[in-house]
Amino acid sequence: MQARGTVFKYGDNVDTDVIIPARYLNTQSAKELAAHCMEDIDRSFISRVQAGDIIVGGENFGCGSSREHAPLAIKAAGVSCVIAKSFARIFYRNAINIGLPILECPAAGAAIENGHTVAVDFDTGAITDETTGAAFTAAPFPPFIQNIIQKGGLLASLKG
Amino acid sequence: MPMTMTQKILAAHCGEESVRAGQLISADLDVVLGNDITTPVAINEFEKAGFTRVYDNTRINIVLDHFVPNKDIKSAQQSKQCREFADKYDILNFFDVGQMGVEHALLPEQGIVTAGDCIIGADSHTCTYGALGAFSTGVGSTDMAAGMASGKAWFKVPAAIKVELVGALQKPVCGKDVILHLIGRIGVSGALYKSLEFTGPGVASLTMEDRLCICNMAIEAGAKNGIFPVDAVCEAYLGGRSRRVWKKYEADPDAGYERTVTIDLSALAPTVSYPHLPENTHPAADGSGIRIDQVVIGSCTNGRIEDMQAAYEILNGRHIAKGVRAIIIPATMAVYKECILRGYTTAFIDAGCIVSTPTCGPCLGGYMGILAEGERCVSTTNRNFVGRMGHVNSEIYLASPATAAASALTGHITDPREV
Repeated sequence: MQARGTVFKYGDNVDTDVIIPARYLNTQSAKELAAHCMEDIDRSFISRVQAGDIIVGGENFGCGSSREHAPLAIKAAGVSCVIAKSFARIFYRNAINIGLPILECPAAGAAIENGHTVAVDFDTGAITDETTGAAFTAAPFPPFIQNIIQKGGLLASLKG
Repeated sequence: MPMTMTQKILAAHCGEESVRAGQLISADLDVVLGNDITTPVAINEFEKAGFTRVYDNTRINIVLDHFVPNKDIKSAQQSKQCREFADKYDILNFFDVGQMGVEHALLPEQGIVTAGDCIIGADSHTCTYGALGAFSTGVGSTDMAAGMASGKAWFKVPAAIKVELVGALQKPVCGKDVILHLIGRIGVSGALYKSLEFTGPGVASLTMEDRLCICNMAIEAGAKNGIFPVDAVCEAYLGGRSRRVWKKYEADPDAGYERTVTIDLSALAPTVSYPHLPENTHPAADGSGIRIDQVVIGSCTNGRIEDMQAAYEILNGRHIAKGVRAIIIPATMAVYKECILRGYTTAFIDAGCIVSTPTCGPCLGGYMGILAEGERCVSTTNRNFVGRMGHVNSEIYLASPATAAASALTGHITDPREV
């Protein structure tokens, strides 16, 4: 599986309150949630993001609340994957469980800039910054987690 | 192989003699929890996957606490969905308005969670129950759905940071000051993926309220869980309260820790986390130049009776500053009633505060106490992220109930020892 898109770059500790503010958690509709995705950190995000675009973050991406609405909103906004130096652990679980691809790669999180075009190969973990030509490799998922992803999420893996 | 306390609980719940940090396991769950925001998403996933039964209707807990009494039609729909699911599957511990409390104050109070348990909750502050000597961690809604269906969850066994507590707290310094101090030292990702294991001679001097508050905010350092040893104080709390027989686990004396952080409790001062991260800590005494508009005392972090008492001791017979709104929220109906019986509620109202029935409301900017542009709030809650309590240009200062009450009196951030 591959992805290619324009990068929206954010800093360290992007929390789930800015990814999807709690005032919108009275809905479970991914489409409604997506309409407010990143609203409190980047008001123009939702009007600019195109299907396939990529979010790049720093350390501890997705910290804070356990709301699964956060990865759901990002995914429904059309984002193909999130690359970060590190992820907060609940966001990490949630992203895997709902099928939002995430890649942990400190070097890519540091070097890739806002607006760059980036290509990702999920099978190999290869990340290419096409704007600069720089290449990075994300750590692969352990087989246990790869199995969840291949089965199509946590619940599908339980049933199957 | 020597194990930490957390590792011992996880080993016992996955049928292994021992586990090591980094190992992936499937663990049996004693308790599964969700609230009115996360449970509806879990129900959707549960039903979409075609499950028709829950693994144990006595072990699943659904607490309506974030947007109740419901703030709008959409949140009422979510509560209704939870109510119907609880009815359909005969969920024993379903807490609706009238019985509910803020979940992480309610479950320990009701004896539903106990020492030695392995617990997941679709709420990040589920780590609170580590105070009882349980392994307890926050997850998302899909994990909750899987937990409800199978009674199991997957975990990567965490490495641990040892937090060695020495000395004793000097009132009005409390558990909140301990955890804010720790987060200030190690940072908001300082314990990412790890356990925070609290130990040392200082533990014995901490009340259960202190410990529950400390473990509650382990997540704000990125931790998977926080955990305290089961000592006489803990067993006295569990006695007559725990609905199940509890089990006491202890870390091996030679267990491996990634690092040790020592905190001298007797040296701590009232501490405040400035916007917009809990790690941005300062002494309360340095905050006199910061004018405030609102104070919130309550939440899963600081809504227990001892927190109410700390606020009462400062507010009784006095009046809050002009221009300050003070919202006090006992975290459970039992705490609410106790505040009335002890005369705290009257004292709070006479001091110019309002007293609400239990809700998470203002903590997450859900409803009640939403901040306008440029406003500042001293809050006993747990997060001061951008826009958390309202406008993106509002500010939250995290503090203890004593510091929040003292700040309400003066209208600026105030060390409670100065009022």
